[in-house]
Formats: sequence, structure tokens, C-alpha cells
Amino acid sequence: MTTRPSLRSGLAVAALKLVNTASRRLHLGQGTVAGGRVALRIDPHVLRRLARGRRIVLVSGTNGKTTTTALVVAALGGATTNTTGSNMSAGLVAALAADRRSFTVLEVDEAYLPIVAPLVNPEVIVLLNLSRDQLDRAAEVRVLTEKWRTVLHQTNATVVANSADPLVVYAAIAQMDSKVVWCDVGTSWTLDARACPQCTEPLDPVGSWRCDCGFAKPDADFVLGEKLLGRNSEVSLRTALPGAFNRSNAALAVVAAHQLGVSFEEAAQRVASVEGIAGRFTLRRLGGQVFRLMLAKNPAGVAALIDLVAATSHMVVSINDFIADGLDPSWLYDAPFDRLRGATVWCTGSRALDLATRLHYDDVDARVVSPSEIPSRVQSTEPIDIIANYTTFAEWLEVTTPC
Amino acid sequence: MLKIAVLYPELLGTYGDGGNALVLSSRARQRGIEAQVTAVSLDDEIPSADILLLGGGEDGPQRQATFALAKNGALAQRVNNGAILLAVCAGFQIIGTSYEVEGGLHVDGLDLIEAVTTRGEKRRVGNLLTRVGERWLVGFENHGGETQLGDDEVGLGVVSVGAGNAKRAASGDVVDGVRRGRIYGTYAHGPVLAQNPWFADELLSAALGYQLEPLASVADELHRERVSAVGGVEASSLNY
Ligand SMILES: [Zn+2]
Repeated sequence: MTTRPSLRSGLAVAALKLVNTASRRLHLGQGTVAGGRVALRIDPHVLRRLARGRRIVLVSGTNGKTTTTALVVAALGGATTNTTGSNMSAGLVAALAADRRSFTVLEVDEAYLPIVAPLVNPEVIVLLNLSRDQLDRAAEVRVLTEKWRTVLHQTNATVVANSADPLVVYAAIAQMDSKVVWCDVGTSWTLDARACPQCTEPLDPVGSWRCDCGFAKPDADFVLGEKLLGRNSEVSLRTALPGAFNRSNAALAVVAAHQLGVSFEEAAQRVASVEGIAGRFTLRRLGGQVFRLMLAKNPAGVAALIDLVAATSHMVVSINDFIADGLDPSWLYDAPFDRLRGATVWCTGSRALDLATRLHYDDVDARVVSPSEIPSRVQSTEPIDIIANYTTFAEWLEVTTPC
Repeated sequence: MLKIAVLYPELLGTYGDGGNALVLSSRARQRGIEAQVTAVSLDDEIPSADILLLGGGEDGPQRQATFALAKNGALAQRVNNGAILLAVCAGFQIIGTSYEVEGGLHVDGLDLIEAVTTRGEKRRVGNLLTRVGERWLVGFENHGGETQLGDDEVGLGVVSVGAGNAKRAASGDVVDGVRRGRIYGTYAHGPVLAQNPWFADELLSAALGYQLEPLASVADELHRERVSAVGGVEASSLNY
């Protein structure tokens, strides 16, 4: 059977809406991915068609995608977006079908960026960072960097890239028209970039790094310090979100919005008021106790959060090993848990014993606890920080209520 | 002073491999034995250590580490002089006769053991449970290699769950890793000693030259839980 393209696309979108409404009504999910899948089956080109005529920003990287996407949306003063974090093809189709606003900001899974970017013709691509994440199911980080290079070589989007991350730099320098805006927003994570991405000789990716093969940290167009400094501009950058990494995310968001015509001052003011995103960093209540809920699913993410919580006396770390988390928690040994020495860490989740063992070997006071015991056993007058990986973060969101 | 040396962590440290040095040094210290962990970089001499650790890595870094170790030549000498060597995953392939990387390129190994690694049809990713004498070795494997040991070599253990080296052509057994004197190899990658405190103590005892007493900790609970989770109830009813 042959169907005219526009008709087929229309059918695909209609089917998507039907499925999404049904799955929401049946409480089968947030109703984004299932409908997107059906639409893609009816019309594999539906993503390309839905993207046509929009001004699109793609946000990708290992950590901070969801937060940065929300920050770019805010900086633009509102946009079509995949707010639920459904960041593979089906989720993107659903997001585009649901909202017709021209400004469109999409969080894209780092492995999907090479597939999505050529289809949607983005105006800006924001590249945050690359590090190891769930190696038992995702491509190894260097393989991924090579795929990014191929797609960036072909795009005519402006690339807003974190120039402090050697793997991001290696990918972004492949941009053919050199439309790269280098933003030195720092990184606390360098374990995955200790070999030069160009020649694999050892590289010390701290400060302004340079390898004998010529691969070096580029001169930045923007540097994040006390203020966000550009070549001809400077703007104060405040964030309601905690942590240096969120300030870095906000800086990249402001630069990205500026590419679409928003002034720096306006963009900075808008991101300053963004608070918790999809439950992240928000205060939640369980029983009589207030918790601050944070997501980290790999060593780089844990490292960033530990900087934030190191002073706390009691905290909860919750580690699962379901498919979405990665089946192998070996990465716990790459995260700097030794910095929690002095704190009492309540370990929970399906791999609580792995976590407790890892902490024990670094002389951190670790106590294994089942989730149901936490309200009665873990108590403080202050909010207690919870660091949770992917599926256990979702569980925590479910059992707690907003403050 | 017990000296532990981690070889080329910048190249062979993909999956939390640093955890093995942490486990060994911590278990030594808890028994009042001083322990020192040294990270050995590409340009460094390979120090005389009691325990040498060789971890896992991707193809490029694995090749680079192999060339550096072959050029240096000191690893075999250290083992002959009495050092214990634990080689996991890519490290296990490196100490063999040869291995094959993506694209079909064959790389000469260090030839400390007789073992030829070729690329299998598909990557083996999942839990690995191996019977080592009276004990269970439990871990996670993620590798594309099939390793055939030479006829005179002995595997570290017989695989109960997972892939390990490959089926042995001679006996039809599926074994994991290798055990020859002071050399231990396994495909259980990354911080394998974390889930197997008995194995950490076996290496420490071999290095110290006397049998250590058991040391109760949460790691024992972890070991029981993992053997039970990976092997099912039957495995957990056997001794650990
Ligand atoms: Zn280089």
C-alpha cells in the first residue's frame, strides 16, 4: 500500500495522541513513549516532519541533560520540550506532536544524538560532558565520542560546547564550519579523559591541558567565574539550583539562548528563578522527615553531588541494579565516596550491600537499611540528603510528597 | 610493609579496577599489617611489589599497555622474584600468548601464560559465577574475547553461570581465567575482590607467606547475597 507522505504523517500523529491518552488513562505510564513508538511505526519519517520549520536546540551529554534542557527552556521564556526526560526517538516524537511552539528544546540521549541531529536540523546543539555511564549496555565512551564527531562534522548547527571536557572538545572540533562556541564552564570529572582522545597518550585534563600531538584545550569564547565572561560581554549568573555543576549548566543554557536572540541579561534573569526540575534537588516529605532528593547514576554524577553534601552528618545513598541503572555497580569504586568519611551513610536499594562494602573499605560509617525502615531510623531536624540512581530515584519520588 | 602496585591505571581502569587495591590494602590494615598502594604510570619503572594488579580497558589502551609492558620487560621478572599477579579482563588477555582486537588485529601478549584469545561471535555481558576449589568466585564479565588455555594451563575455576574463557577444546569444561603459581587471571572484571573477600585474603596470604585468619565484615554478607542471587538457591546452600 502506498500512502501520501503528509497523510501518513497525519495518521501517525493521530495514532500517537490516541495511544498517549489511552496509556495515561490506564495509568500505564506518562503517556509519551508508547504513543511515539506507534507513530514511528506508521511513519518512520514523522520526527523529521514534525521538526520542520521549528527553531530547535538539542541538549546532550552524560550528566545534566534534563536540568540543562529545562534551563534553556526557561532562558528562552518557554518552548516546546520533552519535559519528562523521554529522550530517545519515541519520546521526541511525542513532545513535538504535543506542542506547536517554534522554539523547541530537546534533551537527547547521548547515544541517540547521532541519529536525531540529522533528522531535526537543529539550530543549536549544546554538549555538556561525556563520561562512562552504564557500560554494560551503552557504547563505550570513546566509541560514542567518535559517533558524535561524525554527526557534528555533518551538521550546520552552532555547537555550544563545554571546552573543559576533553572528550566534548574532541567531538566538537569536528564541526565543519567551525561554528563552535567554546564555553569553559569547568568540570569536576576527569577520570574518563586521562588518555588523549586524539592519540591515546596520557593526558592530564586539569587546567589548560595540551597534548604533544597538538590536541589542546581551545581558547574559550565564554569563561564561567564569578560572572559569565564573554569576549565583549559579562553577566552575573545566579542559580536557585545547588552546586557548581548546576551553575555550569545554567551558563551553557544562557549562551545557547543567546544564540537564538535572547539577551544575556534576560536569559540570566530567567534561569536564576528555576528551582527543582522533575523532582531533582527538591525537598520532599516522608513521615515526619524532610529529604532533599538528588539523582546520580554514574561516578561523575556522584562526584558532583558529594561536593554538595560532604558536610552533612546523616545521608541516604540508594543504589539499584535494574536494566535502566546498569546491571553492574562496579562504578561505585570510581566514585569518590571516601569524601564521605565522617558522615553516617544509610545504604539502601537492591545493591545496598555493594555500596556498604565499598564505603566500609574507605572507612565510611555505612549502615544497611530497607526503604521501609528509613522514616523510623533516619531522622534529623535538618533535611536529609538522598542520592539515588535512576530507578530508585523514581521510587523515592513516588513514596515522598512535595514540601 | 605490604606493597601493592596498580599497573597503568590511566589505561587499565575502566570498571572500578582501583577497587581491588583498596580492598587488599584495607583488609591488610584491619589486621595491623601496613600496606602501601602505588599507581604505576606508563613512564615509571615497575616497582618490586608484593602484589601487582593489572586491570581492564578498551582495545586502544589495552594495546598501548601491552606494548609498554613488553618493552619494559620487568613484569615477568617481578613475578619470578615472588610477586603475586592478579590480572582481570583485558589484563588477563595481556598476560597470555596473544589476543585479537576489534577489526581482527592480533596482538602479541606478554606470554606469562599460554593462552590464545580470539574474538567471539558476540560480546559476553553478565554475571559470572565460578567454582574455585571449595569456594565461589562471583563477579561480572563484559568482554568480546574467547580464550583457549594451553594444555598445561589450569583455569582459575569451573564456570557455573556465565561465559568465562570458552569451552576447553580438550576436556569440554568451561573454565574462567587462569591459575599458575603466583599468577591469577579472571574475566570477572573491575573490583572482583570486593564481592569475594576470601579471594582477597587468598592473595594476601600468598603474598605474606602465611595463612590469614578470616575477617568478618559486611563484605561476607555481600558475597553470600551475590552467590545466591547469581547462582540461585542451590548455589547458596553449598558452602561459600
Ligand atoms: Zn594527543
